[in-house]
Amino acid sequence: MSTQERDAFLDRPWKDSTAEPFIRIEGVTKRFGAFTAVEAVSLDIYKGELFSLLGGSGCGKTTLLRMLAGFEEPTAGHIYIDGVDMVDVPAYARPVNMMFQSYALFPHMSVEDNVAYGLKRDGVPKAETSQRVADMLSMVELLELQKRKPHQLSGGQRQRVALARALVKRPKLLLLDEPLAALDKRLREQTQFELMNIQDQLGVTFIVVTHDQEEAMTLSTRIAVMDHGQIIQVGEPSEVYERPQTKDIANFIGTINMFDGEVMSSNDSFLLRCPKISKPLKLPSQTELNIGQQVTLAIRPEKIKMTLEDPHDPSRITLRGEVLEFAYMGNISIYRVKIEGEVVLQITIPNLDRMAERKIEWDDQVFISWHPDNSLVLRD
Amino acid sequence: MPSRDKSITDMPKKRSTFLLSVLCFGMAFLYIPMFLLIVYSFNYSKIVSVWGGLSTRWYISLFESEEIWSALMLSLKIAIVNATFATLFGTLAGLALARFRHFRGRTLFTGMISAPLVMPEVITGLSLLLLFITLGDLIGWPEKRGITTITIAHITFSLAYVAVIIESRLSGIGETLEEAALDLGAKPLRVMMDITLPLLAPGMLAGWLLAFTLSLDDLVIASFVSGPGSSTLPMLIYSRVKLGLKPDINALATMIILAVAMGVLIAGWILIRQQKQRERDAQLAGAK
Repeated sequence: MSTQERDAFLDRPWKDSTAEPFIRIEGVTKRFGAFTAVEAVSLDIYKGELFSLLGGSGCGKTTLLRMLAGFEEPTAGHIYIDGVDMVDVPAYARPVNMMFQSYALFPHMSVEDNVAYGLKRDGVPKAETSQRVADMLSMVELLELQKRKPHQLSGGQRQRVALARALVKRPKLLLLDEPLAALDKRLREQTQFELMNIQDQLGVTFIVVTHDQEEAMTLSTRIAVMDHGQIIQVGEPSEVYERPQTKDIANFIGTINMFDGEVMSSNDSFLLRCPKISKPLKLPSQTELNIGQQVTLAIRPEKIKMTLEDPHDPSRITLRGEVLEFAYMGNISIYRVKIEGEVVLQITIPNLDRMAERKIEWDDQVFISWHPDNSLVLRD
Repeated sequence: MPSRDKSITDMPKKRSTFLLSVLCFGMAFLYIPMFLLIVYSFNYSKIVSVWGGLSTRWYISLFESEEIWSALMLSLKIAIVNATFATLFGTLAGLALARFRHFRGRTLFTGMISAPLVMPEVITGLSLLLLFITLGDLIGWPEKRGITTITIAHITFSLAYVAVIIESRLSGIGETLEEAALDLGAKPLRVMMDITLPLLAPGMLAGWLLAFTLSLDDLVIASFVSGPGSSTLPMLIYSRVKLGLKPDINALATMIILAVAMGVLIAGWILIRQQKQRERDAQLAGAK
């Protein structure tokens, strides 16, 4: 292995087949009566990762997190943390701390006592406890509020107390259940970066449960997308966004335009015959396909170019359309364009130039085009 | 337009006269009897319903009446012991109901805990009487019925009320705080002492007070399971009514009303203070 390769693996241990995972989830299933909440999930998570479990409500992500914390026992399968099987280890003895969605601050204790609670239970000497509590509170900028009770704090302050309380024990693994869901948008964005900084500083492995795909994209080193108790894709944010493996994932993460059709072949490449569009669409190269196969061609809204004039570029797929409506969002504009009188596509255009000679508006006849390699082939 | 303005300003006024009269009527209905009772407690006449001029002689006779004092003391003793044990057992039952989801016989247990709430008192009283008689015959305990049997009988039904209060309080608190403590390394018993019990304290206090009141109030069950020489205050008052009322009972009732009113005032004062504290805390939280 060259040094260059090894450096690449330092940041991305999941690409290194010889790397030892820090958390190994092996065939874990959890049933509640007849209902299967988590089904045969296997997952390797490496030290220092900020790993997200992403999915809609009821997809099993929280149950998986609760099994890692020790609040639920797997019906089948094993969980190893740092090489130790966690099956018989009770929640209070695991090297894991959790930040709860509701923060779960003890209402009858001050901020200081909340943060100190875990250290007291571990029998850490008094002087060290107060030093570590003070350090942690100053890191989350709450030192001057340490005597307050939780109900005397705002939502953002409570969130930071919960984080400090979970981190002060220096756990090997921190579990975060929807850590930002209760905050308003501005605070959420700010806190996202704070979380990333703290994680970077302390080198603790984070597992975050979230239903917010944007949050998962910005925070994570890797994302596991869950649905119906199963993991349907694991990958870096860009992989999950650029190469979603199913239609569901493509729809769940961001927006995507899709064309259903049948594969046919021309001399050097595959084409898609789409019943709603008169001309066949070129499929991306390097895809293994069979003629006659039913597939879906998918293209992200920002990968489509829209012009008033025909680009005359033979390498691109070009279609004619008419602008139905558009929404100005500030940094971008979102257009809905009807092509071939039937199919409606969504297109986003960055507002790069304030002095653009002519903006595209309602009822404009436009040319839309994309390069086939920017599109995706999805199977059901 | 002016007419409409007028009707808008008139509306609340009209409604408030109506509301006020309903309120006055309701209040009168509730409080005039008590007011009369207080007035008649200062009546000189020996006959309860005939006014014979102002006097405090019944208060003096009340304080001199051995019988009433011993009945009151007995009632208070039973109420305090009952409230304490009912709170203890009721809390345990409530914890079992709210925190242990699956155990053998859970449905049966739930039904049996709540049965005393709906069971007619005469049935509870009668069945307990039969139990005490049978036990006395079989194992020689209880030898005779009295303060012990009344207390036991009271505990059996008031613990059901405490269990219900504790269970609802526990479901209100939720399990997340206990999980958080477990997560931070506290063993289950420690979680109970540090988290569950402190948060449960207001519920336990409410349960204690309710059990205390229920016991102080009870006539039917106590009548079944009491023995000679152990008359609680409600039993004494009731027997007096049957024998012909003496006005010293009015004096006693006035004293009880006074005690209750004091209790209500103190509770109200504490509530207002807590409310103000909460408002201050909310401002503090919003300030920064």
